Amino acid sequence: MSEVKEVEEHEILKKVDPAPWKDVPLVLNNRDYKWVTDKICGIVEAKTPTWWWWCFITALCIASFTGMGLVYLVSTGVGVWGNNNPVNWGWAIVNFVFWIGIGHAGTLISAVLCLLKQKWRTSINRASEAMTVFAVLCAGIFPLFHVGRVWFAWWLFPIPNANAIWPQFRSPLEWDVFAVSTYATVSILFWYMGMIPDMAVLRDRATETWRKYFYGFFAMGWRNANNHWRNFEMAYLLLAGLSTPLVLSVHTIVSFDFAVANLPGWHTTIFPPYFVAGAIFSGFGMVLTLLLPVRAVFGLRDLITQKHIDNMCMITLATGSLVGYAYAMEFFIAWYGANSYEGFAFINRAFGNYWWSYWIMVSCNVICPQLFWFKKIRQNTPLVWIISIFVNVGMWFERFVIANTTLSRDFLPSSWGYYSPTVVDIFTFFGTFGFFSVLFLLFLRFLPLMPMCEVKSVMPQADPHADH
Amino acid sequence: MSDTMDIKYAAAATFSSAKELYDAAGKVKDEGYSNWECFSPIPVHGLDAQMGYARSKVPRFTLAGGVTGFFTGMLIVWFMNEFDYPLIVGGKPYFSPIYPFPVFYELTILFAAFGTLFGMFFLNRLPQHNHPVFEHPEFGRTGDDKFMIVIEVEDPKFDDEQTVNFLKEVGGQAVQIIREPID
Repeated sequence: MSEVKEVEEHEILKKVDPAPWKDVPLVLNNRDYKWVTDKICGIVEAKTPTWWWWCFITALCIASFTGMGLVYLVSTGVGVWGNNNPVNWGWAIVNFVFWIGIGHAGTLISAVLCLLKQKWRTSINRASEAMTVFAVLCAGIFPLFHVGRVWFAWWLFPIPNANAIWPQFRSPLEWDVFAVSTYATVSILFWYMGMIPDMAVLRDRATETWRKYFYGFFAMGWRNANNHWRNFEMAYLLLAGLSTPLVLSVHTIVSFDFAVANLPGWHTTIFPPYFVAGAIFSGFGMVLTLLLPVRAVFGLRDLITQKHIDNMCMITLATGSLVGYAYAMEFFIAWYGANSYEGFAFINRAFGNYWWSYWIMVSCNVICPQLFWFKKIRQNTPLVWIISIFVNVGMWFERFVIANTTLSRDFLPSSWGYYSPTVVDIFTFFGTFGFFSVLFLLFLRFLPLMPMCEVKSVMPQADPHADH
Repeated sequence: MSDTMDIKYAAAATFSSAKELYDAAGKVKDEGYSNWECFSPIPVHGLDAQMGYARSKVPRFTLAGGVTGFFTGMLIVWFMNEFDYPLIVGGKPYFSPIYPFPVFYELTILFAAFGTLFGMFFLNRLPQHNHPVFEHPEFGRTGDDKFMIVIEVEDPKFDDEQTVNFLKEVGGQAVQIIREPID
């Protein structure tokens, strides 16, 4: 309250008479702590809803497409995928970059927004972190099988192979191994550590024995003591500080896979920031796609408020515009650089053999999110959800455009080719959505969907100096 | 309770808001108690200073992890590409600290993150799946909406009657003695 007094006392402010600053509460309807605990724990403790089983079974069936695709690939040979000279990367790299990019919004919400003291992150960070972990797992499938003989995938790790040769560290693909495995590990650590106090709450509420053991094991004996909180808060802040440079580096290194290659359309210095912006853009698209239905199904409107949706839409808009700027700048530099190969690569991107994918990308990534300028549209939840799907589609096409337009039109016209995926490619990718959904549904069922302690911390009751 | 042996562990008082806990904690500290603890569903802002706690030592573990990670990265690249099996790639030097920098960078973060998590566990003495404070019948609510101050019997200033009365004075509700069963 003292801050308000200071404002009133300031003379110049008396003259200009500023409008009072209205802070939209992050938890609506004056809910108390008990309501938050019961709401979040209730989701996990209630009987498994029927819709959950239907979704779970459907997701499992979809996931089996990946399983079958991979079994067929390994038992038959790499020829069942459509990639061949000159497009050797095909859908595998596209899907890999797509899924890794999706993960990035989770880390952005949990780490970057934590460092920036954006309190609205608290009700969406847990689910976004879960999304990160599951998306990285989906991403990992593709490079793993793309190596061809998957049983030699361990050659990627610093273990000497049969000829005692170690991996060579000048390859960006080797950097990728370190970046992605570090990213997966640190994301899991961060996710898990944030869940410890909530696991303790679930442990203390549990009535069934298996719950007591399950949540008790993962809660590690957490006691809500201030000494625990003190170290926990410091560790959480440090992990946020570590995850921030990590998330930026991961997609930077993913972009090096392309940018370090001497190919027109790939060999550009704009790639790292452009990929990072694209990753955050696609990730926020996916967060909206996942959380809007979750909000509706579990009745979480007081926790994921219109303010949260507005903020997510605005970040999508900002990063979408950044991505659009990057597309334009690539064209500008291709012209300004006066390199005929680079120039051709870009003309070919927009008007060549894959022109349709380029224009799908531009309409989904640059034009679609511009709708978020309008408050009416941000407040129309079903429409926001549909736009978020377009964002996901657009970002998949972005990677398709980058990888395929360049490779299909090589320096030598004699080696030009046109790449099309096979049905195995399509099924394997389709199945990863099932795999992702299976994991996400299990998360919804067994783990606390929101960090209760963090949500409570941003409620007015958390202030030890307030008078109420 | 009555048919098992038990020993006294501490006196506990509950509070219903962060503000009450914060104010009471200051009084407990001023009274000169040293072996006591606050329990809350949230990290209460400013309570560390109020209880006289110093800054957390977790950053030391993070730093140690980060430094270890950086040099581990350098060591593996040097060992693998220069020492154990010199690998000629593009006629360039076998080892330089520049080209594999992403590897050092990622391992710095990886080891620092492990240092942070395990440092937090170590400083909090976790995992510790049993603790006398769990015997308090209302303990579960400290993760929900209750706040609690616990003064241990070990404290040199602890006195059955005085401590209980003191906790009532500072605004504690449901003041009671926590007893720890032994067998």
